[in-house]
Amino acid sequence: METVKEKNQSANEAKPKAEQQKGTRMSGAEAIIHCLLAEGVDLLYGYPGGAIMPVYDELYKFQDKLTHILTRHEQGATHAAQGYARVSGKVGVAMATSGPGATNLVTGLADAQIDSTPMVCLTGQVPRHLLGSDAFQETDIIGISTPVTKWNHQITKASEIPEVMAKAFYIAKSGRPGPVLVDITKNAQFDELDFTYEKCTGVRSYKPVPKPDMSAIKSAANSINAAKKPYIVWGQGVILGEAEEELKALIEKAGIPAAWTIMGESAIPTSHPLNVGMVGMHGNYGPNILTNECDVLLAIGMRFDDRVTGSLDTYAKQAKVIHFEIDPAEINKNVKADVAVLGNARETLKLLLPLINENSHEAWHNVFKEKYQIEFDTVIKNDIHPTKPGLTMGEVIEEINLATKNKAVIVTDVGQHQMIACRYAKFEDSKSNITSGGLGTMGFALPAAIGAKMGAMEREVVAIIGDGGYQMTIQELGVIFQHQIPVKIVVLNNDHLGMVRQWQELFFESRYASTVMVNPDFVKIAEGYHIEAKCVSERKDLKSTVAEMIASDKPYFLEVKVEKEDNVFPMIPSGASVSDIRLK
Amino acid sequence: MEKQWFTISVYSENNVGLLNRISGIFLKRHINIESLNVSKSEISGVSKFTIVVHITEDWTRKIVGQIEKQIEVIKAFYHTDEETIYQESALFKIASSLLFDERQIQNIIKESNSQIVTVSRDFFVLAKTGRKHEIDEMHDLFEPFGIMQFVRSGRIAVTKSEMRITAMLNEFQEQE
Repeated sequence: METVKEKNQSANEAKPKAEQQKGTRMSGAEAIIHCLLAEGVDLLYGYPGGAIMPVYDELYKFQDKLTHILTRHEQGATHAAQGYARVSGKVGVAMATSGPGATNLVTGLADAQIDSTPMVCLTGQVPRHLLGSDAFQETDIIGISTPVTKWNHQITKASEIPEVMAKAFYIAKSGRPGPVLVDITKNAQFDELDFTYEKCTGVRSYKPVPKPDMSAIKSAANSINAAKKPYIVWGQGVILGEAEEELKALIEKAGIPAAWTIMGESAIPTSHPLNVGMVGMHGNYGPNILTNECDVLLAIGMRFDDRVTGSLDTYAKQAKVIHFEIDPAEINKNVKADVAVLGNARETLKLLLPLINENSHEAWHNVFKEKYQIEFDTVIKNDIHPTKPGLTMGEVIEEINLATKNKAVIVTDVGQHQMIACRYAKFEDSKSNITSGGLGTMGFALPAAIGAKMGAMEREVVAIIGDGGYQMTIQELGVIFQHQIPVKIVVLNNDHLGMVRQWQELFFESRYASTVMVNPDFVKIAEGYHIEAKCVSERKDLKSTVAEMIASDKPYFLEVKVEKEDNVFPMIPSGASVSDIRLK
Repeated sequence: MEKQWFTISVYSENNVGLLNRISGIFLKRHINIESLNVSKSEISGVSKFTIVVHITEDWTRKIVGQIEKQIEVIKAFYHTDEETIYQESALFKIASSLLFDERQIQNIIKESNSQIVTVSRDFFVLAKTGRKHEIDEMHDLFEPFGIMQFVRSGRIAVTKSEMRITAMLNEFQEQE
């Protein structure tokens, strides 16, 4: 690994600490703490155990500088670290012991890998001399985590710690971010080293950000300027690349209707007139159907996931596709790009902007408005202003919008409530929609909301969770109670695994195999953790209770009993074309 | 798109976990690795994987993209058979008695362009270097007489075109 003196501001701040430690003799465990501090870490989530005990012993000594939150399960630690990373843009850190502690991180690693979330996970490992002996709590976490990490490494000597830790943070955060796992044998934690720390600024075999190619950018600009019906679909790359302002400037200058994938949501305010909504399986009608009518499709920081494209054989075949992307492996992976612009979205959009002619494309934009009206009349109106007696998920989201003035961070789990929340939650600020997009991890929301709140204490954080996913990580209520983390938890309870039930209804002739949930008294459970809790089952109580929840400065649990068999529409059936989107 | 033979060449840092990472890319896509060879390369400290697959070019290109994305991979290339000079090696262990009992054996040895590595009272060992089909043909000729042991190496290949690894590494040093 190559390390050179750091040039930027943040490193200069970290430098005195590192220099202060120059040549200091210390244990590997203490060195790990100093590495974390040098990387600006002041918060981590984890769970102790035998093989990581030396590090926990040092954490005890450094608790004034480094806050450790004991989650109730290691999976919770990873999702909390993810939630923290997603709202703050910083690297989330999770720690666990060897064996089961380490394997419990796998779901969070996979989630962070597919959703490009910067995270460093530290695991203890049995001492080097016991490696491969099937020792107590030994698992090959390097082997297990390889497919679900951007990088991983096993440290077996204390002297390796500073360099590997520096590399871990650099790799997690740079380029297309992702999770890194560092496995540290117990002897390396106990043994001593001469500690010095230098931040990593480059690895010779790794080029995190491709250099923008001006000829590709010019070619993209020509196509955009010549387009009659240009259309933008943006993804999380805009948020990760901090390109929100540049995207907004492009949309406004060129007058291009722009839609988002769920990972890109909140990069541009919901209220922006050119923000036309969500693409994908349960996205908006116009943005899906018009994908197959645009003449130039400008994809920015998105990866053409199958839930976005539906059948690739019938996806945007008529359009010239321009793909702005940081990861070369995404180019032509799912959709062939006529023009590929590699690089950080902020840099490339900045270079593109001066080459773009002003335009308004009013007639084309009106087509989106017409499609919206159709969707509003057949779906949205009934979702957010229902006239039938049972409560809908949509009206709950709308009440939360009103109570939070669209300023909240919304953390969702996976399923119907997630799709409804992404469809109807309104956002004014970026980094506000925290969800498990790629992996679809039930159980993500509750711990992720803890991390999100701790990453943005000044913001309102509302977790919206289904009754199924809630019970997958419900034990993290213990963290919320212990640390009085003022997250607002809303469980939309339909007593079913709603999305699977919906598919069973539509595609398996209503054979509800194992999707009916027999649920406990959720209010009592929350109260068991001394969290204020209410349940709403009638419309007349909804507004006042949501208002009470938002007004509270403490953790608050709200269960809303919604209609049991409502479906989420529109819907592109699995494998169908975006043109075949169903409104009912 | 038709399936073809492709040789994937991967230049990488010498890293203990990288083989697992690279093989996982094939495993994830249910693609069989037909042959794999890992050795040092022309650049000091840089390893070279030579991987042979029989898949479409589209898949090959995607896989090479995923391989190149791995942190310790410096650069990956893919080439068709026509674009490479490639060879495999094989060892045949055969009973020594056949040399005297079966007259044809000596002819096969002469015509196959193979080398005798060792001869003992009980067995002799032949080494053959060449294309896969040449080795297969030699195997077919010996088979009726009985082969005590047979092993064939992975493909090793060099390309007709240049692979600019050194230049890339120098460029990195200059940036630093």
